[in-house]
Amino acid sequence: MLTTESIIFVSICYIGILFAVAYYGDKRADAGRSIINNPYVYALSLAVFCTAWTFYGSVGRAVRSGPTFLAIYIGPTLMITLGWSVLRKIMRISRVHHITSIADFIASRYGKSILLGGVVTIIAVLGIVPYISLQLKAISTSFQILNSVPDQLTQNISKVPIFEDTAFYVAFLLAAFAVLFGTRKPEATERHEGLVAAIALESLVKLVAFLAIGIFATFFLFAGFTDLFSQALAQPRLSSLLTFDNAGGGAFIDWSIYCFLSMLAIILLPRQFQVSVVENVDEDHLRKAIWIFPLYMLAINLFVVPVGMAGMLYFGDQIVDPDTFVLRLPMANQQKTLALLVFIGGMSAATGMVIVETIALSTMICNNLVMPLLLHIPTLKMASRSDFSAWLIAIRHASIVLIIMLGYIYFHLTAEFYTLVSIGLVSFTAVAQFAPALLGGLYWKGGTLKGALWSMAVGFTLWGYTMVLPSLSAAGILPDAFIEEGPWGRSWLRPFELMGLQGMDRVSHAVFWSLLANTFTYVIVSLFSRPTVLEHAQANLFVDVFRLSEQTEGALVWRGTARIPDLASLLERFLGKERAEEALGQITRSHAIDSSQTMTADPGFVTHVEKLLAGAIGSASARVMVASVVKEEPLGIEEVMNILDETRQVIIYSRELEKVTAGLQAANEQLKELDRLKDEFIATVSHELRTPLTAIQSIAEILRDYPDASQAEQKNFLEIMINEIQRLSRLINQVLDFQKIASGEMQWRSEAVDLVHLIRDACNATRQLVSDKQMQMTTTLPASVPLISGDRDRLMQAVINLISNAVKFCDPGTGRIHVALSQDRLALNVSVSDNGIGIHPDDQATIFEQFRQITSDTGRGRPQGSGLGLAITKRIIEHHHGRIQVESALGRGATFHITLPRLTSD
Amino acid sequence: MHIDLKRRTRLISLFLLGCLLLNYPLLSLFNVPRLIWGIPLVYAYIFFVWAMLIVLVGFAVRTRSTIGQRTDRLTG
Repeated sequence: MLTTESIIFVSICYIGILFAVAYYGDKRADAGRSIINNPYVYALSLAVFCTAWTFYGSVGRAVRSGPTFLAIYIGPTLMITLGWSVLRKIMRISRVHHITSIADFIASRYGKSILLGGVVTIIAVLGIVPYISLQLKAISTSFQILNSVPDQLTQNISKVPIFEDTAFYVAFLLAAFAVLFGTRKPEATERHEGLVAAIALESLVKLVAFLAIGIFATFFLFAGFTDLFSQALAQPRLSSLLTFDNAGGGAFIDWSIYCFLSMLAIILLPRQFQVSVVENVDEDHLRKAIWIFPLYMLAINLFVVPVGMAGMLYFGDQIVDPDTFVLRLPMANQQKTLALLVFIGGMSAATGMVIVETIALSTMICNNLVMPLLLHIPTLKMASRSDFSAWLIAIRHASIVLIIMLGYIYFHLTAEFYTLVSIGLVSFTAVAQFAPALLGGLYWKGGTLKGALWSMAVGFTLWGYTMVLPSLSAAGILPDAFIEEGPWGRSWLRPFELMGLQGMDRVSHAVFWSLLANTFTYVIVSLFSRPTVLEHAQANLFVDVFRLSEQTEGALVWRGTARIPDLASLLERFLGKERAEEALGQITRSHAIDSSQTMTADPGFVTHVEKLLAGAIGSASARVMVASVVKEEPLGIEEVMNILDETRQVIIYSRELEKVTAGLQAANEQLKELDRLKDEFIATVSHELRTPLTAIQSIAEILRDYPDASQAEQKNFLEIMINEIQRLSRLINQVLDFQKIASGEMQWRSEAVDLVHLIRDACNATRQLVSDKQMQMTTTLPASVPLISGDRDRLMQAVINLISNAVKFCDPGTGRIHVALSQDRLALNVSVSDNGIGIHPDDQATIFEQFRQITSDTGRGRPQGSGLGLAITKRIIEHHHGRIQVESALGRGATFHITLPRLTSD
Repeated sequence: MHIDLKRRTRLISLFLLGCLLLNYPLLSLFNVPRLIWGIPLVYAYIFFVWAMLIVLVGFAVRTRSTIGQRTDRLTG
């Protein structure tokens, strides 16, 4: 219905627009006024996830197996919700380490391993090329359909010779686009702004196109959703498609596994890594993309089922490939413009994928396969070639052409065997094999290179066996019996039912086994292998990327020096003269080096250069190149740890902790001692309180029980009771006094005190006590002394206390106590001396402390009193600004000296 | 820091919620061939939950994080 020429014309115009947009985008980027620096463009670029699979294949899938097609979009929606944690970490690491592809990421994490990078690249290429060919198939098919005459609706799409095949020309143009806008400069970390702009535009176009056909099918061919679906419900073979077909029991398992698979794919597909990580302009764009991108996917899936149902209802019993409904519906209704729009939409979907995927794969092939190989071939003397940058670009271009060619050839060989969706799922499963290595490496420092290598090998093998091998039997290369009964008749090795596991469709089955074995291998091998020093260092850098400061990034792993000119020529070789000079200038400025004075680069400088190179040739190759110019000192694990600064910090902290602990321990000891003293005090005081109380009680009982006692006896008893009561009051008063003095609540009186009178009165008060013990007391008192100011009662209390102490420690009969008062120019001196047992020098220091009683060697049993007497005395004297001291030797008595300052010296 | 932690927790919870709502046990409840507002029940449920998740995620990331972001590329 549409002429070939017009279709071709429109196609070329559209691709021309893409070129123009890309060109404009790059120009603006060079001028510093980026047009893609906003989150909406970023989110739209993520939508490159939706390819011809989404555009054509979803309808087919919905019509064949019901709602499971949606799982492919639910998975990414869920995963990108986690994206804030996972994707952001990947983005940060990639930014810090100048990572340019997923192979680079994985290789870098596991010690910048060249082997691992190569393995990832090969798996990616093998897995993605069929996916690319799928897109080319879609372009070719859609062109043919659009070109066909209406009454040839059911014509089979036959293979068209290459030079008549639009797909060939389109592939050619796509290669040109990729070359022009994807590899302008050798440094891959530079964004391809024009490319992203074009991709974002394509995402818009495919959304608009699909919505257009959706609206047309629903509201023009039918009378709206209700009409459409009730008609569908009425037909049994259609109504079953409106729910999950759980007859085999596996529909929900398939759904979950597809969700899981696409969750991994949205991160691991090379094109997704490219747009979401490598091309990202601003980390903050992720914030909006987390919901805009799922919204996009929701919108583009809204009309899938309606279109499917509409197609089934409209075409009735005719055999029409449901993948083509979106084209055939408008065509069957003479809607030329709409058909053309749909065609353009489909082409957007297909070309976007091809371009981005090709660029991503070519970067991987160049940096991780070709470069290392070239560097290893001694005859080429690659390492010493002076102008490598031209080589780099050439290799990139060649890779792009190679990949697209491979895709086209594959399309020609196998196109009719598979639907769009099934090949897509095979690709998803292939890249899913990177999941344990990448995600594990992101969070688990214990993941090692060996673990990653083995896990991918195992996963890839199982993937091949359960997904790819069977296609060989479909192509007739392997006998059918291989599939039906298993190789050599072993049924547990059947590719579609390994170990006899049934109930899942082929894809789910393959995903289950390959990922299970993959993860298991990763964990086990990692646990049993030891990482190298470099692996260890990289693991720390990756897993802790958010914690490490910017300073630590610079001063890593290189422990050697290099000459700046050597490094400069290295940069020139790979980045080209201009770019190298620019970069070198920046580095010397940021490291504050005067390049005319120093010829040696420090490790930080070297690392910086290495990172720059990594941007151009991948981190594994960069390491090799830099190593060739650096005289490196050997690294030990201890040194790596020191570089990372952890140990030093830990040591400092632990020293601090030791000091604190020591201080705490000392304080604890003091507290314990005080506690012990307090317990002693309480025990003593309780005893001292109880003894008189018991005595008083007993006497009172006696008096009560024996009213016949004689008066003399009664008087005697009452005397004892009174004594005890006095003793009790004294004790209580002492405790209260001490508490008052110690807490400062004591009310001190201030009056004129005559010490001569005071001492006389004190002696009178204690005379009875002294004579009771048959001791003698003498005094030496001047006729008069100057008055002092103070609290008379308290001072008397102090003197009485000293006298009664003296009595306590003298022997009855021989005890002699002498109280003397003297004066000198500054003070009045009172002394109370006795000839008692004396006080040990060690005790002399402590007797004035509260609760202290001399417990050793007194021979007098348990000390009496509260132990507060002297403490109170001391405080009284001190309150009067005086001093109290003791002078004594064991066995020769003791003398207490009190010094009270005279009034005039106040 | 606080905003970031809250946001992360919210997003992880939404992730788990989504996994729960859109998988076997709950999903199978709606697996009947009926129409609601003219749309098959299963699809209506899936799209509804999907839209809800998007809205909730949108709310969860509303505020800009205060942690220093690296908005410049290390071009060296």
